[in-house]
Amino acid sequence: MARAVTSRRKTINTALAWGVGLIIFFPILWTILTSFKTEGDAIAYPPKFLFFDWTLENYSVVQERSDYMRYLWNSVIIAGGSTLLGIIIAVPAAWSMAFVPSKRTKDILMWMLSTKMLPAVGVLYPIYLMFIKLGLLDTRIGLVIVLMLINLPIIVWMLYTYFKEIPGEILEAARMDGATLKEEILHVLTPMAVPGIASTILLNVILAWNEAFWTLNLTAAKAGPLTAFIASYSSPEGLFYAKLSAASTMAIAPILILGWFSQKQLVRGLTFGAVK
Amino acid sequence: MATKASRSAARIMMAPAVILLLGWMLVPLIMTLWFSFRTYLPLRGGDLGFAGIDNYIRFVTSSAFWPAVVATMTIVVGALLITVVFGVLLALLLDQPMWGQGIVRILVIAPFFVMPTVSGLVWKNMFLDSVNGLFSHVFKFFGATPVEWMIDKPFFSIILIVSWQWLPFATLILLTAIQSLDSEQLEAAEMDGAPPLKRFWFITIPHLSRAITVVLLIETIFLLSIFAEIFVTTAGAFGTKTLTYLIFQRVLESQNVGLGSAGGVYAIVLANIVAFFLMRIVGKNLDA
Amino acid sequence: MGRIVLEKVTKRFGEVEVIPPLDLTIEDGEFAVFVGPSGCGKSTLLRLIAGLEDVSSGNIAIDGQDATSTPPAKRGLAMVFQSYALYPHMSVRKNIAFPLKMAKLDQAEIDKRVNGAASVLNLSDYLDRRPGQLSGGQRQRVAIGRAIVREPAAFLFDEPLSNLDAALRVGMRLEISELHKRLETTMIYVTHDQVEAMTMADKIVVLRAGNIEQVGSPLELYHSPRNIFVAGFIGSPRMNFIEGDVAAKYGAHTIGIRPEHIAVSESEGTWSGTVGVAEHLGSDTFFHVHQTGLAETMTIRADGEVGFRHGDRIHLTPREDVIHKFDAKGLRIA
Repeated sequence: MARAVTSRRKTINTALAWGVGLIIFFPILWTILTSFKTEGDAIAYPPKFLFFDWTLENYSVVQERSDYMRYLWNSVIIAGGSTLLGIIIAVPAAWSMAFVPSKRTKDILMWMLSTKMLPAVGVLYPIYLMFIKLGLLDTRIGLVIVLMLINLPIIVWMLYTYFKEIPGEILEAARMDGATLKEEILHVLTPMAVPGIASTILLNVILAWNEAFWTLNLTAAKAGPLTAFIASYSSPEGLFYAKLSAASTMAIAPILILGWFSQKQLVRGLTFGAVK
Repeated sequence: MATKASRSAARIMMAPAVILLLGWMLVPLIMTLWFSFRTYLPLRGGDLGFAGIDNYIRFVTSSAFWPAVVATMTIVVGALLITVVFGVLLALLLDQPMWGQGIVRILVIAPFFVMPTVSGLVWKNMFLDSVNGLFSHVFKFFGATPVEWMIDKPFFSIILIVSWQWLPFATLILLTAIQSLDSEQLEAAEMDGAPPLKRFWFITIPHLSRAITVVLLIETIFLLSIFAEIFVTTAGAFGTKTLTYLIFQRVLESQNVGLGSAGGVYAIVLANIVAFFLMRIVGKNLDA
Repeated sequence: MGRIVLEKVTKRFGEVEVIPPLDLTIEDGEFAVFVGPSGCGKSTLLRLIAGLEDVSSGNIAIDGQDATSTPPAKRGLAMVFQSYALYPHMSVRKNIAFPLKMAKLDQAEIDKRVNGAASVLNLSDYLDRRPGQLSGGQRQRVAIGRAIVREPAAFLFDEPLSNLDAALRVGMRLEISELHKRLETTMIYVTHDQVEAMTMADKIVVLRAGNIEQVGSPLELYHSPRNIFVAGFIGSPRMNFIEGDVAAKYGAHTIGIRPEHIAVSESEGTWSGTVGVAEHLGSDTFFHVHQTGLAETMTIRADGEVGFRHGDRIHLTPREDVIHKFDAKGLRIA
């Protein structure tokens, strides 16, 4: 592969790629910039890019008016809780499938995947009804459970593909060395699986954070996460671009940062190992 | 591969995940099926008895059905075309040597991490608004009349938003696939006298075909059920009522659960057809 | 102490019988090598002894104790894997100490044994490195170190040298043999390489399709192979087999002559042929001879100084006293 590339070609590539990259990123950049403008500057014509009166006022207004922190906390609880619960249930399952495969392992994996394909809207009412009956509507615990269930197949799959990469001989070596099943999992498997488990957690926090069907339909004011918080901005009153931008920036910032760490895992997790 | 003791341990450890998913799949599914054969209006008398296949017939014969199918198809096909074509081009571009590759990649991937409600609202207001949106400013600058994007070009608008969200996904997967192409294959083709375009067509594209199929199928499954993007932009107005949105309205807004459930069953069947092909590809990979 | 007795042991994977009923005894302190082509069941047999697989029927006894359903951890055996199976997240010291930690020995004893093993295996300078920072040969030593600290009843080796390059392989082979001489512990060694089997073993077990074809010392197998399979498998280059009239003259269906038991001459001999390829190894020369009317190709091992070339017509004379005779079923005729 090592072949000299003319610097002219490299310059063209660079310019082209950066151009396209900035265009794609522009809406996010623009949102972030607008969040620091006054409402007047936000809709000014011609648009102001960098030379405006920078202000943090929007952020404090958003927090005061719609209690951003509460939604943020709901998002953290729901995304984090559903992911952790999912991991606790998925690790033993993925372990078994990766290291003690049977003839049915493949079928079970495929079936788990198929539950992920069930369109949410098809089962909206039954879930809605059960939530009412069980008093789970507009509760964080209810959303934790639902998001855990919709992401469980992805968690199991991702862990499975990571566990598969751990050579079985190493676990057998531990067994020969006198380790019990518990010691084998604790001292050998877990340390080797930590990077994979971490990536799985990362990707699933992102997916749960951005989930916008169940979070919109099963919550109201009390347990709504940031997706619902932003949706409440869909009916504007007066000048609000800067505030919408501030709210949006706050809603996406945590996950943008996490997301940048998870590029590689994203592919594996979202294609169920079909593309690596 | 293993001993009896580890087999029974494995079965026990698998049980919670299997039982939970089984319940999660079967219980609502059976309930939806049940409702779909009932006349069930929670706010107007509740369960009014067996309806036969009335709901199924009424769902497809209602005036809203075909427009919803058309809307769904338009959005899905439009977004698929844009994301796959531009995804391949972008992946090829990002695979080239350049300065700051890592940063460009981050820029390109970023939209995928934006929650759907944010991207819907940001695009609708800050870009596509007919008075204060950035697009209108650009039109004004060139002396053209600004367009009421959301009203006059609702499909263009929604496809634009959805494509912007999914282009990163397509690009990332295709880029991963391109990078897994053994460079010796390309070098062998070069030694065999194939010019760059032929190398792309006969080596790179066939190598990518699987990744492209995977992108198509996964995106189809997600695009068939997009919800928030429509919820916060047009709320189903201006002809953008997709099947998903139509069912949502039947169930939660007009509280006609029987009719909505019949729609839900259609949606499940449709998704399963797509899923069937996806699963075959994934399953093949599992053997390798 | 490590006398291992297998009694009517069988192994089935589903419908497929990998090991048909099999009896085998490995004496205490013996170096036994399981050898055979790939897929012959030698690794499965080792894993049955290790306890990593359940036997389908039959019994395994270690030191007179029935161990058939004892979990691997409790059998008192140590295993060296083909991939070494080192714990990548632990230092060399922790790797070697792991079995001792599992056995809950006190720290002073663990340190003493680890340091002892490290000095024997020349690993003292590497104790704080991770396996990823070691060469193939060093990893191999760590794997052996991890096995010896436990002072097991027997060592099991599963093709331990197959991932090393040729030069290292010869060196490690010697090291393992020396280790065996010093520890005098039972060792069971699986390989597909008959050279390893010949050079290391006290007792070779030749396997084919799960069946034991022959058990014996290296020289027993070389001198009196029980059948054509063993005759062809043991010895390098491979034994020449001749069927038909020539064999009938010796009262056999097939006769076998090892390449080193045929003399070559320019002018006279029992048979004649044309040299195809001549492989000059320096010490020896291997001639692949065609058009002999005996077999498609006859391989002859001659002195390194013999200088025939491609296309030369030469004459061959077998050593009559070491011709192996086999009947129509491939069994040795005494």
